[in-house]
Amino acid sequence: MFGLLGPNGSGKSTLVSILATLLPLSEGRASVFGRDVALSPHEVRRSIGVVFQSPSLDRNLTVRENLVHHGHLYGVSGRALRGTVDAALARGGLAERAGERVQTLSGGLARRVEVAKGMLHGPKMLLLDEPSTGLDPAARRDLWTRLKDLRSKEGVTVLVTTHWMEEAERCDRLAILHEGRAVAQGTPAALRGALPFDVVQFRSADPEGLLDAVKGRFGVEGAVQDGAVRLERNGGQEFARQVTSVFGDRIDAVTVGRPTLEDVFVRHTGRGFWEGKA
Amino acid sequence: MRYLLPAASLARREVVRFLRQRNRVVSAVLQPVVFWGLFSAGLGGSLKVASGTTAAAFFFPGTLVLVLLFTAIFATISIIEDRREGFLQGVLVAPVPRGAIVLGKVGGATALAVLQGTLFLLLAPVAGLHLTVLSVAQTLGVLALVSFPLAGLGFSIAWRMDSTQGFHAVMMLFLMPMWILSGGLFPSEGVHPVLAWIVRVNPLTYGVAALRCVLSGAAPSGPSLAGSVAVTAAFGAAMLAAATAVASRKTRP
Repeated sequence: MFGLLGPNGSGKSTLVSILATLLPLSEGRASVFGRDVALSPHEVRRSIGVVFQSPSLDRNLTVRENLVHHGHLYGVSGRALRGTVDAALARGGLAERAGERVQTLSGGLARRVEVAKGMLHGPKMLLLDEPSTGLDPAARRDLWTRLKDLRSKEGVTVLVTTHWMEEAERCDRLAILHEGRAVAQGTPAALRGALPFDVVQFRSADPEGLLDAVKGRFGVEGAVQDGAVRLERNGGQEFARQVTSVFGDRIDAVTVGRPTLEDVFVRHTGRGFWEGKA
Repeated sequence: MRYLLPAASLARREVVRFLRQRNRVVSAVLQPVVFWGLFSAGLGGSLKVASGTTAAAFFFPGTLVLVLLFTAIFATISIIEDRREGFLQGVLVAPVPRGAIVLGKVGGATALAVLQGTLFLLLAPVAGLHLTVLSVAQTLGVLALVSFPLAGLGFSIAWRMDSTQGFHAVMMLFLMPMWILSGGLFPSEGVHPVLAWIVRVNPLTYGVAALRCVLSGAAPSGPSLAGSVAVTAAFGAAMLAAATAVASRKTRP
């Protein structure tokens, strides 16, 4: 399971469209399983399933009709298709809803149909563009459980884009995208581990004042973030102890932790995750 | 197989969608009746119809073509909704030739237009047109032949559009005049030479003429049935080619 993490506008959807053979490349090359997307688009299309950010189901058709239609597009028909559709419905826990029109389904169910549709023709790779958008937490958890199952039980490569740190954390490997470039790649643990410091945070009624005081006393750099003083230090525990012994009366709470993916992102792009372009 | 199965599935989807939207079905049945009634009652008096036919009979083929025009065009502009709602990207990412997508969409629109034209055809006896098994069979064939290029034309226009609003301007500025100048609303004899010339190069003229021929048994004036059918078929082939070319362009998915 490979994750593409990046804020809106970082190029995630564009990359998915290119791999899905929908967008022509202005320069360079892209290939899927060794097939060039520009030279042999049909082979690439056969080997991938795609779940787009905006739903690609026909809301006026039933769940089954949508899947049957999808099968027809991939050249399957008749009894073979019926068997495939039944299996897909069972696997997605959709058998009982097969006769209902998509417009009557909840967002979570519709997304499940979308995944079943993307997997119907047995692709080796499933591309999902921000699949969690618009889902409630329970549906989101359900979706990710299903994606994990696809990977572990059926050996499908799952490529998923997200701007949620928690989701990125669940991927086997991760690439952080920033303005169309992959600025970092690796397992989530390795990406976090590559930052050689601890994150120390002090909550205070007057974080700016505290920051100035700590800077003056210890000669360190830091910032105020979300109403807390945030510093990146080696040996965070020891440093926190020193600071509290001096400024203990001005500190409400102390946290010392390993860097998160958000810290990794800030480190590689030089800006906060949610800050837009300047 | 690579073409036909996806195309047939897409065409079927058009028909299923249409039948499930009840307001579309109701307006599909009522609209042509209203138009025909208004034309016959309102314009019949000021029109010198050749002796032997009534105003109702004169306007019948023209109204039929208007029905086909509306249905075929409105069915194909659903491609704009398909694109906006996301359905289209799921089709484009499948290993389906673009030609099959065009054929499916245009074929589905043609089927809907023929369906609606057939409903309207039930009123032919009211217009004083005497139908035989042969003339009905011929008429159905001509209905399909006339609908197909209109659907192809609608597809070609709609493919690159973002909103249906833009399409209405095209409809009013281009498609309605094309119908008005097709010989269905008034005979082309005695009109200004420029208009008469436009009527002659307008491919829709031959659709109306072909329908007039098969409905009334013989064309009192105007182009022959064989000629009209040939022109309409050529129009259909050209529109299919145009729609496929438009849809195959790589610039915008």
